[in-house]
Amino acid sequence: MKSRTRIFFSIFVVSAMFLSFVNNDDPYYSISKKDVKLVLPKNFPKPYYTFENNKLTPEVFLLGRELFYDEILSKDRTVSCGSCHQRIAAFSHIDHTLSHGIYGRMGNRNIPSLQNLIWNNTFMWDGGVNHLEVQPIGPITNPLEMDETMEAVILKLQKSEKFKPLFQKAYSDPLINSERMLKALTQFVGLMISNHSKYDKYLVGKAEFTPQEENGLKLFRAKCASCHTEPLFTDNSFKNNGLISDSSLHDIGRGAITRKNEDNYLYKVPTLRNIEMTYPYMHDGRFSKLKDVLNYYGTTTNHTTNQDPLISKIGVLTPEEKKDILAFLLTLTDREFLNDRRFADPNMGQKNK
Amino acid sequence: MGKRMFQIRLNNSITIILCCFSSSFLFSQKEVKAHHGLTLQMHHYVGDKVLVLDDSTYTNSLGQAYTISKLNYYIGNIRLTRKDGKEFLLQNYFFISEDEEKTASKSIFIDKIPEGEYTSIQFLLGVDSLHNCSGAQSGALDPINAMFWTWNTGYIFLKLEGKSPVSKEPGHTIEYHIGGYKQPSNCIRTISLKFETPLVIAKKTNVTVNLKADVSELLKTPTTIDFTKLPVVNNALNATTIADNYVDMFQSMK
Ligand code: HEC
Ligand code: HEC
Repeated sequence: MKSRTRIFFSIFVVSAMFLSFVNNDDPYYSISKKDVKLVLPKNFPKPYYTFENNKLTPEVFLLGRELFYDEILSKDRTVSCGSCHQRIAAFSHIDHTLSHGIYGRMGNRNIPSLQNLIWNNTFMWDGGVNHLEVQPIGPITNPLEMDETMEAVILKLQKSEKFKPLFQKAYSDPLINSERMLKALTQFVGLMISNHSKYDKYLVGKAEFTPQEENGLKLFRAKCASCHTEPLFTDNSFKNNGLISDSSLHDIGRGAITRKNEDNYLYKVPTLRNIEMTYPYMHDGRFSKLKDVLNYYGTTTNHTTNQDPLISKIGVLTPEEKKDILAFLLTLTDREFLNDRRFADPNMGQKNK
Repeated sequence: MGKRMFQIRLNNSITIILCCFSSSFLFSQKEVKAHHGLTLQMHHYVGDKVLVLDDSTYTNSLGQAYTISKLNYYIGNIRLTRKDGKEFLLQNYFFISEDEEKTASKSIFIDKIPEGEYTSIQFLLGVDSLHNCSGAQSGALDPINAMFWTWNTGYIFLKLEGKSPVSKEPGHTIEYHIGGYKQPSNCIRTISLKFETPLVIAKKTNVTVNLKADVSELLKTPTTIDFTKLPVVNNALNATTIADNYVDMFQSMK
């Protein structure tokens, strides 16, 4: 009798777990047509990725979300995209200076945030990846990250009782291949758009800046915006901002991609949106606080011999100026984006229980 | 560009997957209607010996012994030129592999070729820049074929792997992974071959063109590859050297 209740109970638990994989019914996690409508901010330029060959639908987006948060993409099923890219950190990773992958292996770069990706024409700190759709192949097959082969991932998905119905729903037929997997992931990460910060509201007159924030913006426009260009806070270029490279990481940045000596130690200008949440900073995560970054930029005009000339122009920053710039940088935090339920891990509730 | 996938089963052992079926015809539509088939059959050799994976030992022109364990490559943009100068172009890519355990093959079936006498064939060894920048693709260009670089996006055009006792790499490996569509490391090469006797495409007939690909050519002319000095090429550096070597790797056998 006792054992029978136990069996009954465990069947109940198993089915509850199974159902919780796809939380379509939970209004918090459900995705409607409206949720996948691409709303391009008026003041943003034209995006590079347009979803033209990857029509946005709630079903494909949902599939993408499940893929993003499922450890099935890694070899030993311990790491998902979401383990490295955390929602509360604008999909970067709080505290890890360098990324940690499967079996606790350390990567050689800091995890960047994922936001406004459809306006990027290249990806990664060195711009080595040329298209958003093929980007996930990198982490899936990198031995330091998920260490899996594409062939094996597709085989696992084809056998998965969880993913078979999700692919069927998304594409109205049962075919599971890499193109569909990659496009679904792209819908999920491609819709991560941040444009509801205080700064954005200030631009359209819906929020007011304090005098300090106002002065910070002025200083920022004079000293930083030549690279961290508004409204995306990057001009998508590669620059050397003067950091002396950590030779133990064997990282020469853009030069490894273009094979031009003059591109050595250049890195993609990162966006500064949600910068409050994406610490630590720089490609190797060397600075843990924004204060450190501002001290770095504002202490001397000469960091290295091959720094970008625009870095020398920043000049020495006074303590007040640093405080003002910091106040401005904090206006780039977009709580609507950080709390956007569409991007939440639908299995989270279950995992925490 | 209408993307469809065609899977043509020729017999049990050969499955060809054609992707991006967007062959563009430089012929009038009327001529195209009367279609006929051509099979391109690849034959892999090392010099004058048929390539046998793993079990046969070969010698390069420096007297260094080696074995081959893998030969994979992409060809695409196949262009046939007719006597009157008109061209038939098939903008697909094909994944050719010596590996029997892969869903690739050593033959390509081309349908819907207008009738006539054809004098030459041209194709790319590699993948053009458009298809290197098009995001997720299926069929021959599916990344599950592991012919794809992730850290510097792009297809690997050719993989030749094996062993040589003189190689100082772990396990005496020799490994040539060649790719790159951007200057200065562009490894896309156009192969042009003249048919010795014109190829006749006639109504309701299927013809076969046999092409010989000689692996030993990949390792010599213009540059002789010394396994003690260059046992591995797996990024853009030195890749063009091998690419310049593979231009003359193919020969028409008929
Ligand atoms: C082990 C941690 C880890 C995992 C797992 C991981 N990533 Fe990343 N991701 C990184 C790091 C580190 C970078 C930056 C790498 C570089 O620049 O070389 C990155 C970069 C990116 C970028 C480019 C961002 C930009 O602005 O250039 C995207 C997009 C991305 N990841 C998406 C994903 C997706 C989708 C997955 C799951 C398939 C995934 N990541 C899994 C650590 C990870
Ligand atoms: C010459 C172009 C340039 C200028 C001017 C510039 N930056 Fe940067 N910034 C960069 C580059 C490039 C990086 C990434 C460097 C790296 O990781 O090696 C970066 C990184 C940062 C980061 C870290 C971002 C992250 O996600 O890790 C912050 C914060 C930052 N800059 C703030 C500023 C501020 C504030 C100013 C003005 C005082 C400024 N930058 C001026 C090019 C520039």
